[in-house]
Amino acid sequence: MPINPDIVGRALQPTAPYLVGREKIREFSRAVFATNPVNLDPAAAQAAGYADVVAPPTFPIVIQQLTLDQLLAEPDAGIDFSRVVHGDQRFSYTRPIVAGDELTGQLTVASVKTLGGNSMVTADTVVTDAAGEHVVTAISTLVVRAED
Amino acid sequence: MTGSIDILAVGDVVAEAAFPLTRDSLVRYAGASGDFNPIHYRDDVAASVGLPGVLAHGMLTMGLAVQPVSDWLGDPGRILDYQVRFTRPVVVDPQAGAEVLVVAKVGKLDAEAGQARIDLTVSVGEQTVLGKAQVLVRL
Repeated sequence: MPINPDIVGRALQPTAPYLVGREKIREFSRAVFATNPVNLDPAAAQAAGYADVVAPPTFPIVIQQLTLDQLLAEPDAGIDFSRVVHGDQRFSYTRPIVAGDELTGQLTVASVKTLGGNSMVTADTVVTDAAGEHVVTAISTLVVRAED
Repeated sequence: MTGSIDILAVGDVVAEAAFPLTRDSLVRYAGASGDFNPIHYRDDVAASVGLPGVLAHGMLTMGLAVQPVSDWLGDPGRILDYQVRFTRPVVVDPQAGAEVLVVAKVGKLDAEAGQARIDLTVSVGEQTVLGKAQVLVRL
């Protein structure tokens, strides 16, 4: 089943606030081989001018994933999760995420394309902090492989 | 901060690193990221959907590939934009694992804006696994 082209432009409900924990950042840092002291040590992060430990650049995927799950669950989207492959990923940052941030993500469907039986959906997730300020925009292109 | 923009030239290698991945790395990333797709830790599930083996999460490869640049910059706040295309899966053998090699080169310099585009070559064995892997940084 192809992706429903009518979902282009659709904005989903913002996600519930996600409180970024210091230990979560440390856990994620270790998982992506981040060894910079600002990722792990609050004192080092504060010396570098941050309120607390700094998340690695790909940490916003944790918030974005919540919004992609919303998209896959849209009843009329027609996205067969078992055939989804991650095609492209991009993050555009206003600032890094730090422990203590309370983040909300809101996804908008940017485009739907069909190419040789495969469908592609590109979705932009805007991540904002508790003050409503922009933190990062995470952009994913998911490829839905054609049926065998 | 290692590189002032005046001493950099397009093509300079600013960082490189090798990352040995094991199945443990994948389980650790699954827990940290919340991505529990079983193709990243179960051979039977990977085989049932026609994959050559258990694969590393694409986002794990993307996540580690930027670390040499982050270390070179010293401050992750200097990373303005980071993008990749997932071009080839990274198969992680249960015993031998897989080694991901990252080479970061200056792709473009914009002295006026104080920015550089760092291009990443990310490979396993002889094959690149990410395409158009670019990090826009403030120097």
